[in-house]
Formats: sequence, structure tokens, C-alpha cells
Amino acid sequence: MNGFGDAFAAAFALIVGFDADLVEIVGLSLRVTLSATLFACLLGFPLGAVLAVGRFRGRGALTVFVNALMGLPPVVVGLIVYMMLSRTGPFGTLGLLYTPTAMIIAQTILVTPIVAALARQTVADLDAEYYETLHSMGARAGARMRTLLWDGRFALMTAALAGMGRALAEVGAVMIVGGNIDHVTRVMTTAIALETSRGELALALGLGIVLMALSLALNALVMGARLSGARLAHA
Amino acid sequence: MASFYSKDGYPMRLLLLLALVALALPAYADGDAGADGGFIVVQSTTSTRNSGLYDAILPQFTETTGIQIRVVAVGTGQALRNARNCDGDVLLVHATAAEEEFVEDGYGLSRTDLMYNDFVLVGPSDDPARVADTTSINAALSAIADSRAPFASRGDDSGTHKKERSLWAGAEVDPSGDSGTWYRETGSGMGATLNIASGMNAYTLTDRATWIAFANKGDLRILAEGDEDLFNQYGIIAINPVRCPAVKATPAQTFIDWLLSDGGQSAIAAYRRDGQQLFFPNAKPE
Repeated sequence: MNGFGDAFAAAFALIVGFDADLVEIVGLSLRVTLSATLFACLLGFPLGAVLAVGRFRGRGALTVFVNALMGLPPVVVGLIVYMMLSRTGPFGTLGLLYTPTAMIIAQTILVTPIVAALARQTVADLDAEYYETLHSMGARAGARMRTLLWDGRFALMTAALAGMGRALAEVGAVMIVGGNIDHVTRVMTTAIALETSRGELALALGLGIVLMALSLALNALVMGARLSGARLAHA
Repeated sequence: MASFYSKDGYPMRLLLLLALVALALPAYADGDAGADGGFIVVQSTTSTRNSGLYDAILPQFTETTGIQIRVVAVGTGQALRNARNCDGDVLLVHATAAEEEFVEDGYGLSRTDLMYNDFVLVGPSDDPARVADTTSINAALSAIADSRAPFASRGDDSGTHKKERSLWAGAEVDPSGDSGTWYRETGSGMGATLNIASGMNAYTLTDRATWIAFANKGDLRILAEGDEDLFNQYGIIAINPVRCPAVKATPAQTFIDWLLSDGGQSAIAAYRRDGQQLFFPNAKPE
């Protein structure tokens, strides 16, 4: 089996041919993953800052819990969200199962612990560094959190990227709650799983190469933004 | 002091950028914003999807009715369970006994034969269990068990897995004690199981449609076929709107009526892969 040559040929044909189905699938992958990453950052950055700076009972336990949630299997998240959104589940009347919205919800749950745990580490490190200064200025916890989050903005982008990578790569959760419905909830990873199950291994691997290229492009974009941002900040 | 929420705050701008990109991407049909005639969800076995049948016939239906069909192809066992949770409008699977139980339990309105094909036993071309010399599927399975040649079982309560278990029972062999030795339960779909069988040169039972459309056959080929026990009947069921109030009963019935009509039945018969007909319509005229 000369699968790899065939795979690159398939990937090349898909990209060069600007295959309409592929464009749709890539578009939906980006929409679901970027939305989930956005919501995960909105939840995870403040949560991480609270865990780093806050002083309250159970903080240690909560930190361990959030860190442990980084290992959540996507299939388990998918099952939980399926049971929530199923017609017989508590939110069944919303009719969200098998929609991109359900996929965004599942991936947000999957990614938030990653973003929160990495944000907590970033903010905690900075807090240790600037504790004296901020305290002598009499900064309250809220102000300290905002300052430290701002100060760690470049490290936080890495946290966001780590979360985005997880969302872009996972298949278990979106397969269950999205259903891999053609033209509705089919994304890159579920398309790869489908072509594999059809025995079209070269096409599946070709799609995998396209997904890698996409991930590469997104990371390069953020790196570029980060470099120019850092230049501005130090100007 | 610089603030996270300041006007030119960088993380804030990153989040805004993310938000804009996320929103600017074309919004695909969520919820009810589907085609003109709305949409229904079909809980389905995988063979009808993997073989390309839906790609061939569903556009014809959508064109005449405007009703969009959203297929969730998961294997018969899971499709039945999802349908019991009311997560679908129509059920299209291949396990007649389980389908009749589904209807008797009040989840389905009625079950109708839709089409059939058959199962085939595939295995490595050197055929270590000498299956090709046997004259019945019972004898073929006994030969595999006797020689302890690797056999890949779906192990996922799918329609094919239900059939496989009934065939082992017919051969008076209980392979479950040998699970993990020559009897390998993959717990996966037909395609994944075929990939595994292809990789380890194992025997496996597959429906003919998935087999013909499967592209990674490797050294596998059909070794036993044609036994009447290998008959594979597909059925269609409308999910009961009394049990599941959210069911879109009218378009669901429109879809079923079309599949059972001359138009639907001839569309099924017309679908071919490599010159071979994959499904044989057998809806009985009312």
C-alpha cells in the first residue's frame, strides 16, 4: 500500500480543486472550534485568575479539579451533552441536538478546563513576581487579577492556542452531539472518521493533511499577531 | 495601570477577533432554519450511508418535496436507543426482531419492510479454516472455530452483530469464551471492523453493500455467501408522536411513503456500485 503518496495527492487535489464540500466542512470546523475557544477563554481566563489570586476555602481542591478536567475524554463530554440535549433530556425542548450549537457547547466544556488551568499557572507565576509591588500599591484582588491577566496576555494566547488545538483535533464529542450529518454537522475530524470507515484511507489521510495545514495556518497567524503585538508593547 | 478591559487591551482584541471570525463564518442551518420544507432526522444503520445509497436517493426526495433529510448513521443498536430517546423522526435499520420490539413498546407507529440484501463471510484469500469448502454458513463458522483462525466480531450490538450472534447459535458454537484469543470483538462499526480484519487477515461477517463499497479490502475476499440464513432485511419505522411529541410526524410519513412508493423503490433498485445492485427493494404493496 503506497498510502502516503496517495494521501498527499488526495490532499493536493482537495486543496487545489477548492472542493465545495471541503470548503463547507472546513468552514464549519472553524466556526465550531473558534466559537468554542472564544467561550472557553471568556470563562477560563477569569476562572484561572480567581484560582491564582483568590483566597478562599477549597481553592486547592478546585485547582486540582480543574487540572484533572484537562483529561476529560471527548467521548464522555459528548455523552453528557447528548444526555442533556436529547429530546428526553432536561434541555430537549430546545431542539439543539445534531446542530452546530450542540457541538460548540460540547467543545466549550472540553476546552475551558485547559484554558483555565494554563491561565491559572500564568497568573500565579506573575502574582509571585509582582506580589510586593501590587500589595504596596494597595491593589484589591479584582484589580490585581485584571493587571496580571493583562501582563500575561502573550502567555494566555498560548493557553488559547492549546485549547483551540484540542477542539480542532477532537472527534468523539462532535460525533455524538453533531451526528456527522452531511452539510449540517460534518466537520474535518468526523469526515476523516467517515472516510476511514469507508476504507478510503488515502482520502482520510488527505483530509488529515488539510486539517494539519489549517492548524499550522491558525498558529502562524496568532504567532504573527503576537510578534507584532510584542513589538508595539515594547516600542 | 493597564487594565484587561482597557480599550487597546490585547487579549480583549484577540477575543474580539475570534468573535468576529466566528460570527463572520457562514452560519449553517441551525434548528429549524432548514430547507423550504423543513427537515427530519433519520436514525440509521451505517451500511446505507457508507455504501453511498443516501447520496444517490435523498436528493431525489428533497427535490420533489423540499424536505431535507438529516441522516445520523450510527449502527442499528445505537440508532434504536437514540430513537427511544426521541432523537429522530424516522428509523431505518436492519434487525427485524428488535424493530418489532421497538414498535410493540410503543416507540414506533408501524414497521414496514423496505429492501434487502445479504450478508457475506469475508476472510483472507489463503483461507486457513478452509471455509470455501463448506456448504453452509453454519459449517463455515464451525470450521473457523475449530481452526481457531482469527475472526473479527463487531461486538457493538449492531444489526450485523445481532445476525452474527444468531449464526453462531445456529452453528452451536459459543465464541464468547474465546474473546481476546481468536475471537476479536472490535466494538466498532462495520468499516472499522473491516479495516481491522484487513489488517490482521481475520474473517468477519459484513453486509454486502458495505463490502462492495469498501475500499481497503487488502487480502480479504468473499468466502461464503448465498445461504438463506444470510438474508438481510432492512425496515423503516415512523417514530410515534404520542410517545415523542417533538416528532415531525407529517414530513416523516411523507418520507416513508416516498421510500415505499414506486418512485422510491425504483430509486433504491437503480443504485449501483461497480455495476452491482446493492439493495433490493421489497416493500409490499398496500
